[in-house]
Formats: sequence, C-alpha cells, structure tokens
Amino acid sequence: MAQKNTDTGSWSPYIAGGLSGLVIIVSVLWTGQFFGASTSFVRSAGMLGKAFEPERVKQLEYFIRYLPQFDWQLMFVIGIFVGSLIAAVWSGSFKWQGVPDMWAERFGTSPVKRGIVAFIGGIIAMFGARLADGCPSGHGLSGMIQLAVSGLIAMIFFFVGGIIMTRIVYFGGKK
Amino acid sequence: MGLLTGMLFGFLLQKARVVRYDKQIGALRFQDMTIVKFMFSAIIVGMVGIHFLEFFGLVQLLYKPVVLGENITGGLLFGLGWGLLGYCPGTQGGALGEGRWDALWGILGMVTGAGLYAETYPFLKDNILNWGNYGYLTIPQLVGVNRWIVIIVFIAGVLALFRWFEKKGL
Repeated sequence: MAQKNTDTGSWSPYIAGGLSGLVIIVSVLWTGQFFGASTSFVRSAGMLGKAFEPERVKQLEYFIRYLPQFDWQLMFVIGIFVGSLIAAVWSGSFKWQGVPDMWAERFGTSPVKRGIVAFIGGIIAMFGARLADGCPSGHGLSGMIQLAVSGLIAMIFFFVGGIIMTRIVYFGGKK
Repeated sequence: MGLLTGMLFGFLLQKARVVRYDKQIGALRFQDMTIVKFMFSAIIVGMVGIHFLEFFGLVQLLYKPVVLGENITGGLLFGLGWGLLGYCPGTQGGALGEGRWDALWGILGMVTGAGLYAETYPFLKDNILNWGNYGYLTIPQLVGVNRWIVIIVFIAGVLALFRWFEKKGL
C-alpha cells in the first residue's frame, strides 16, 4: 500500500468524513434535507423518458410518485460532481481515466469491456437501490445517523452483496 | 442550497479519495477501508448532532420504514451491482468529476435501471414490496433502551473498529 503515502493532497478519511457529518447536520438544520442520491436517477429517467415517450411516462405510477423534475436532491447530486471536479483540479489529482487501476490489473485496459460491465452494474445497482428504497447515502448515511432499522438492514446487505460480487469478479486474484 | 451542499460533500469525498473504484472495491475486498472510515466518521458525527438537535426540537427525523422484502432483496441486488460497477449513486458523479469517465457508463446504467424499476413497479408492489412490513422503527425502539445508550455503544464500536483498521494497516 505504498501508493497511499505518495498520494499528495489527500485528506484523512476520518477528517473528511467527520466534516461531511457536520455538512449533514447543517443541511438538516437549515433546509430539513437528509442526504440521498438514488431518487435523482428516477427523476432523471423520467425526464429522459418524457423526451421520447411523454404519454408513457405520464401513466407510470412511479413517475407520479417521483415527478420528473429538478429538486433539492438532484441539485445535490450535480453538486457532488462540481465539488469533486473543483477538489480534483485544485489539488492536481484530476486524471482522465476510463479503466480503474485495479480493474486493469485483472482484466486489461480495454475501456469497452469495463464500460459494458459498469453499465450492467449500474442497472442492477439502481434497480436494487429503488427496491431497497435507498442507497448508501439515503440508507447508509441518513438512515444510520437516525438509528433507523431499515438503514442498518439495507447497509448490511449492500456490503453482503458487494462482497459476494467482488469475490466472483476477482476470484483467484491476489489478496 | 442542494447544489451548494452537494459541492461541499463532493469536495470532501474527492479529498478523501472515496469516489474511486479502487477504494470502493478495495473495501469490499478487505484491502483498503478508506470508504468505511469515511462513512462511519460521517455517521457518528451526524448521529450525535442530529439527535442532539432533535432533542431540542430543532430538526425533524425523516427515516424510512422497515420492509424486509425491500430492504433485503433490494440491498442484496444493489450490492451485487455495486460490486460490478465500483461506484455508488451518490459518489459516481464525483468519480466523473475527477476524470474517471467510466463512471459515465455507470450513470447511464443507473438511469436505465431506474426506468426499468418504474416499468416493473406495479408488479413489484403487488408482490415483494410489502413483505415483512414493520413500519417506522428505530434501533432504540427495537432494543427498548434510551437512544443515547445506543449512540454511545455505537460510537464505542466504531472507534474499536477504527483502531483495529489502523492496527492492521487497512
């Protein structure tokens, strides 16, 4: 793990995490908003669907529950992109990369292969997140902070599923 | 406000390197616990702050009900997808922000997955979505003790976990 020491400009995850906790507190106090991300993808899908098949989107019950429009959370998710971009450019750690190092070590540097798996993974993950009614932000952070049983259960199974899949993907790989 | 809050969070996520595939999958392979350290640090700070404010009536809790069918099958499915993608819904925008453009495929996949879910929702609602519905439940209610006791025990457990990570060099 030598690369950890040479990674300049990075902050301790304890400090950055603790500060994120403060951001959550201020956010809830100020606007009443707990963190969450996955509903934004429903709204985005709805907006995209509206462009192609407006009649169909109007009929779907799920898009009536989560109207296809911009809201606090969608702005929040866009903000994460902007904030990360600022941090990365500012500290010089921005890197245009289409295949993660760990992936490349095991499966080679083909961005097509990585892209296909990432796309399929995205479909499964989001389907699961909507079924679970939340993702690591909504269930993990917000749910656990509030000591919600639903958050704890979902969080445990996020990791169980993730550990099973990485076992399969990196089967036989070096530990 | 959402944009500003997201920017602060995204900045911190990137600074701690939490958004990266190698860190996310590293945790699932028990090689690098950066994301777990980040998450639990945020959780314990947030937990104390939110419950403190709620005690004085300054904020309202807003959590989700326990529905075992949803939480377990959905959680498991999410985990399987996460293990393939290596990014999660909140952080992958951040991964794209630092130039990891394979996150684009993940974002497209997620929008597709959300659309697929909306299409199958009527069917799911009649089947697994209501199985094991226990309503709104918190850990203190479940165990039957004061919430501050749960918070103290939780924090102690997290600190012990952190100590163990550092000892093992994870």
